[in-house]
Parts: sequence; structure tokens; C-alpha cells
Amino acid sequence: MALSKLDSLYMAVVSDHSKNPHHQGRLEGVEEIHLNNPTCGDVISLSVQFDDKDRVSDIAFINSGCTISTASASMMTDVVLGKSKAEILELASLFSKMVQGESDKDQEKLGDASFLAGVAKFPQRIKCATLSWNALKKAVETTKKA
Amino acid sequence: MLDLEQIRRDFPILDQLVNDEPLVYLDNAATTQKPTPVLKAIRSYYQTDNANVHRGVHTLAERATKSYEGAREKVRAFIKAASTEEVLFTRGTTTGLNWVARFSEEILTEGDEVLISIMEHHSNIIPWQEACRKTGAKLVYVYLKEGRLDMDDLKRKLSKKTKFVAITHASNVLGVVNPIKEITALAHEQGAVMVVDGAQSTPHMAIDVRDLDVDFFAFSGHKMLGPTGIGVLYGKKSYLEQMPPIEFGGEMIDFVYEESASFKELPWKFEAGTPNMAGAIGLGAAIEYLEKVGMDVITAHERELMEYVFPKLEAIEGLTIYGTKDLSHRSGVLSFNLGDLHPHDVATALDYEGVAVRAGHHCAQPLLRYLAVPATVRASFYLYNDKADCDKLVEALQKTKEFFNGTF
Repeated sequence: MALSKLDSLYMAVVSDHSKNPHHQGRLEGVEEIHLNNPTCGDVISLSVQFDDKDRVSDIAFINSGCTISTASASMMTDVVLGKSKAEILELASLFSKMVQGESDKDQEKLGDASFLAGVAKFPQRIKCATLSWNALKKAVETTKKA
Repeated sequence: MLDLEQIRRDFPILDQLVNDEPLVYLDNAATTQKPTPVLKAIRSYYQTDNANVHRGVHTLAERATKSYEGAREKVRAFIKAASTEEVLFTRGTTTGLNWVARFSEEILTEGDEVLISIMEHHSNIIPWQEACRKTGAKLVYVYLKEGRLDMDDLKRKLSKKTKFVAITHASNVLGVVNPIKEITALAHEQGAVMVVDGAQSTPHMAIDVRDLDVDFFAFSGHKMLGPTGIGVLYGKKSYLEQMPPIEFGGEMIDFVYEESASFKELPWKFEAGTPNMAGAIGLGAAIEYLEKVGMDVITAHERELMEYVFPKLEAIEGLTIYGTKDLSHRSGVLSFNLGDLHPHDVATALDYEGVAVRAGHHCAQPLLRYLAVPATVRASFYLYNDKADCDKLVEALQKTKEFFNGTF
């Protein structure tokens, strides 16, 4: 009975991304960002390639993690491909607010990732959803310095 | 026999709905719930006796000191230490192990070895990594065999070079109980100091530090029905006398001059600053409660639960239990994984059935890497758990499997 409430977290689209994550792998010649979630042991290695206009020209990740963290990473790679650094930071902020329960009219800009809005009802799982986005923000920051 | 009905009445927190389901609390290896007598002892201390210990001459100060030192005596009797001089109050197991590792830095030199096991909690690894890094000593690991400590490996690695052996009494992941008395005898043969992490054993079995002959033994109050922020480091007097204080300040001094100070005698030379008085008193009340039930009764009860639930869990297709299958070497801690499901997903699903378990690396990353699993689900039992809790766990796992098989 109580398990049925989980449907809002584990939707079919989340399941699809988790089972068959998009953009898995590594990019050659791109420095990887490694992040982990110390509370549960989830890890992600993210490679992001920016073109000369600072847009994401390619992205790939390798991870070990739960359904939510894998699906979130896959969804993220879909939505940020082709986006500029400024757009990425805006999306990351939208995503972060969304999973903490703040709705925003621009939420649909997140593409499939907007289906993770249900995470807000599972506070223990917010960190699973934001791990890949935090890695992406780190990628934006570190390539800035370069 | 346990009067489970009465015991469960003593833990009001257990009587609640979580996600509309009755709470089944199976995260006792992380922390345990507190019975009413412990809560009352803390409340009554603050309501009627609160004052700083070992200084005021007024009546409340005297009462507070008596209660605080009374708690120390309860701990001493509980672990059968020779004297209260050997019972130091700490913040918890981590603090105790850090103090001993800091002491080891005075002894270790290049070429020396510290022997620990792969099943240690981070708090019995990192302090030794630091001690070795500072002194040039080598950290050596004992590995496992059939889900238990490999005693042959331990004997091979133990030598005259070994100056400290630091092993957990019971693993917080595998639930395996290590033969500490035997290991201590082997360590002493080589002249090594024996340090034991008792965080997962002290709450669940009778401890006799003199029978075990260990040199140091650390444990935490909150894992044995007591409050957080209080723990105990037992040390043999001969070592504690050699061991310098780790912290300096008020409470631990005798005479203070402009350039120097002399320290109090044992055990107070280690307890700088105003101690956690309410914590110690709460721990004392927890010990009283455990002793009233009887440690052997608690051990037997947990064993009965294990014998009941273990085969039921093993019968769930796709469920892998880590550690030995021999229940005579196990405590009430069970780590497992359910098929390819990530432990976090399993724990969320169980939570929605009211079952509280832990998922993750359980502060034992080297062990999980050694077992080649990124994380596990862990269910850990205590005196207030019953067979209905076991059934609920099994049932919730079956539902979890169905739920994820349906959609995943």
C-alpha cells in the first residue's frame, strides 16, 4: 500500500534513463570531474567539452549510483548539450530549486530532468539527484580558469 | 526470556507511524533508541542536580559530582574493569580510538607496524593512517576468509615489528564477531598493545575487559540506549599512566604556574573542560536498564531473531547476504543487496513500508571495496525488535522487489 506512493519518484521516464543512461563513457583529452556523495557512496566522473563559444559540444559520464542519481545524470547530459555556460548555470539553479520543492514556470526548460520534481517529496534523495549537476557546475568553473 | 511488551512500552518512539506504516526500527548499528528511564535520568539531572562537577563546594555541585562519578562506577562494573581510574569518559568511540592512536605516535618509529583489519570502521583506520604517516610506521591489514577474519593471515602478519593491534570486536557491516581474547593473547605474545573498537559489541553482549585482557577498549553510549556525545575509553592503568593527556585546560590540572602545570591523577587528567555530565548520567541509566534486562538475555534474544530472519532473507531470490553464514559468529547486524537494485532505492522503498534501515558504505569504504560492492543495505537489530519486525522486513523486501520488477 505505502509503496504505491513511490510512483511519484520512480516514474517510467526515470526508469528508462536509469536502465539505459544517455552519454555514458569518457571523452578523450578532457579532464574529468570526479564527485562523490559521501553519505551513500555514489560516484560520478563527468567529462564536458566546451567549444570556442563556451557551449557544450560533447558530454559523457561514468557513475556508480542509485536509480535517481543515474537517471538524473542521463537527463542532465541530454538537456545541457549545446548550451552555453550561462545557460547551464541557469538550468542548474532551476533544477536545484525544483528538487527542493520550488516550482518555476521555466521548469520545462529542464526537459526530461523536470520529471525529477517528485524528488522534493523525498528529502533524503535530493543529494542523489543533484550529484551530477554539482559535477557539471564544477566543470563550468574549472574550465573558466583554464 | 525478554518481556518484549514491557520493553517496547519503555521506548515510546517505537510507537508511531512512518509514512502511514508502523515504524520498524532496524538501524540500531547506527544509533539506538532511548528508553524512558534514560530520558528521565537526564531530565531529572537537569531539573534537580545540575551544577559543574569537581569544583563547587555547594550542595548541587556535590550532587552533580556524585552522579557523574557514580556513572563512571556503573561503567566500570559493566565492563568489569579493575578500577574507575581506568574508565575515561569521551565523546564516543571515535574520540577514544583517536586518543590511543595519538598515544601510539609517542611509541611508533620507522620500521614498526600497526596491524588492523579490512573490516574496520573508518574511525579505527584513519587515526592509525595518521599515526603511521607521522611516525613512518607501516599500516598492515588482515583480510577475510569465508566472511570472517582470516586468523591465519593475522598470525602471519603479527610479528615483533607489530607495536599496536587495533581490531573491531564486532563488524558494523558484516555483523561478524571477532575472537578478541585469542587475538589479544597473540598480540601480547609479540609484545604489541591490543586496542579494541567495542562500539558494536558492548551494546549486545557481556564485556569483561579483564578476561579479554585487552589494553584499550572504546565504545559509545548512543549505541547502547544512552545519549549521544558520551563514550568510554577503557585503558589498562599501566598504559594510561604512560599516556599523556590529549587535551589541556580546566578540570584536568592540579597546580598551574605561569610556565607550567601539573596534572590530576587518573582518570581526570584526560578529561579537560566541563565534561558531558548529563551524557554520563544518561549512560549510567542505560547501563542500569541493560543490566536489569541482562546482557546474556539480550545476546540470546538477538540470536533468536537472527535464526528466525536469516533463512527467510536467504530464501528471497536475488538477495545476497554478506559475511559468514555461521550465526554463532554473528551479531544482530545484517548487510545485504537485493539483485541489481541500488541499496539507496531499496532503503527508500523500505522506508515507505515503515522499515528504517541504513544504505551506503557504513563508514567502511575499504571493506566494501574489498568485497567489490559500492554499497549495501544494512538491517541491525536490538532488544526491542521482535519477530514481527523480522516478518515486516522480509515482506517489505518482497514488495520492493515486485515494485521495481514491475517498473524497472
